[in-house]
Amino acid sequence: MLIKNLRREHILVANWIKKGSRVLDLGCGDGSFLAALRTEKQVSGYGIEIDPANIEACIKNSVNVLQTNLDNGLHDFENDSFDYVVMSQTIQAINKPYEVIDEMLRIGKEVIVTFPNMGHWKCRLQFLMGKMPVTTHLPNTWYSTPNIHMCTVRDFNNLCGEKNIDIKSRTFLDTHHNQVIGMQLLPNLLAEIAIYRLNQPLDSQKSDSSFA
Amino acid sequence: MNTNQAEKSIGIVNPKTLGFDQPLLLDSGVTLESYDMCYETYGTLNQDKTNAILICHALSGDHHAAGYYDLKDKKPGWWDNCIGPGKPVDTNKFFVVCPNNLGGCGGSTGPLSHNPLSGRSYGPDFPIVTVRDWVESQARLADKLEIEVWAAVMGGSLGGMQALQWSIDYPKRVCHAIVIAAAPKLSTQNIAFNEISRQAIMADKDFHEGRYTEYSIVPSHGLKLARMIGHVTYLSDGGLHARFGRERLENNARFGFNVEFEIESYLRYQAESFVERFDANTYLLMTRSLDYFDPAQNNNNDLKLTLAQTSAKFLVISFSSDWRFAPSRSQEIVRALTDCEKDVTYSEIKSEFGHDSFLLPIPDYHRLLHAYLGKI
Repeated sequence: MLIKNLRREHILVANWIKKGSRVLDLGCGDGSFLAALRTEKQVSGYGIEIDPANIEACIKNSVNVLQTNLDNGLHDFENDSFDYVVMSQTIQAINKPYEVIDEMLRIGKEVIVTFPNMGHWKCRLQFLMGKMPVTTHLPNTWYSTPNIHMCTVRDFNNLCGEKNIDIKSRTFLDTHHNQVIGMQLLPNLLAEIAIYRLNQPLDSQKSDSSFA
Repeated sequence: MNTNQAEKSIGIVNPKTLGFDQPLLLDSGVTLESYDMCYETYGTLNQDKTNAILICHALSGDHHAAGYYDLKDKKPGWWDNCIGPGKPVDTNKFFVVCPNNLGGCGGSTGPLSHNPLSGRSYGPDFPIVTVRDWVESQARLADKLEIEVWAAVMGGSLGGMQALQWSIDYPKRVCHAIVIAAAPKLSTQNIAFNEISRQAIMADKDFHEGRYTEYSIVPSHGLKLARMIGHVTYLSDGGLHARFGRERLENNARFGFNVEFEIESYLRYQAESFVERFDANTYLLMTRSLDYFDPAQNNNNDLKLTLAQTSAKFLVISFSSDWRFAPSRSQEIVRALTDCEKDVTYSEIKSEFGHDSFLLPIPDYHRLLHAYLGKI
């Protein structure tokens, strides 16, 4: 698996990741992202998955995968044990996103989160028509969707603000996974996928570095 | 065996025995001057000798892991559903070795064997062997078979503990350690269950301080009871209920204590057949080995430090309804491995069959093994 063959959002994220770093991929799917990073960037680390079919696929991709329910926490990992903790389009499907973000920031020196933007105009339009949005990017109906915590770009910004999280950078993609200029200006209206690079809150003191 | 079974199985197999004259100093301080190791092999060792897999058996297992001894055998080896042509441990690809552990009763030297020093069978005089001792004896067997490095060492339960110990004691001789339904050490509750089982055996009037063979009798009541206790704990409440419910042999209560419920009948049958094939002294010894297993003990009880010296890649598997070796115990192993940045894959298989799941052909479980071993 090569980086150029990954989906667009993963290619963007892969470009940020430094050679030889340690990566934890939460909701790693079939492991192709980690496999490509390992091949081209000598990255090590683990994928986290819950679905048995994906576990099997990861094994076939020779990716170290740990079957863990993210909702049960990431307490098995030590502080700062990864250079990057990545979560691609998974945050909207977990029970406690608020807590999981804290955990990600605890165990990773940098956190990369991607999520589908509920503020996209197509979603808004469907809301106006009195319907729950169903788009190419959110193809499930309200009764079959695994997504229980949808948010908009603005919501996510607010969360980062509330937690005093340092947003290192962010970028946005449309349906065709392109980065269009207009979208960078009006992301909450035009972006289908948001990608955030986060650092630990500026005032944070991890327990092992606390001077208390 | 019927035709259908024969097609899917490795077929007729023969146990082999090798004698070892080099004394083996055991953890207990006792030296075993000489001993036999009984084992079976399936498949063919390749020219580079890189395709060998060691199967370690659990408490009540032996070297007969796959295939049949005779066309008339009703049952194949204990892990036949997993080992054979086209199966997860594919004998078309791998050379599989399964020894009977020292102290066992399947053919390797154990309590039933002749003690050259006393002129009678060892019985209770057979020294207690530990998981480390087993690994040492298996390493010597590997030497004789000219296997320098195992492609994988694997096992469930006590067998998984041996795989873990192998990775610690011989880091350079294990490419992959497959640790299934195991734990880094027994819980208090596990030791308690083992003690109850041992008490059941030792309290049997036919036990004779472990010298029962000299009286031409076996402490069958005690051994049966031990097996029943073990068996119930190896299954789950839900699994037992699904299989037997409260079904009775007859509709009406008979107001006595003979067998009335299906579960009673099943337990008695299991116990009965266990006594026919297993030795009480071996049961005592194996449960004690389980109790003693604690590889981190010599490293300040630091499992991370203990596993830091390993170089194998790990596959760790647990089963959701296993309460004797619960998933959380496997996760202790995984956590220690991830803390020292080792290659490890972990899966908790959904199953209602408790600890015994590791012996069953659960589709998710076997697919996982198949995929993993396919990449080796």
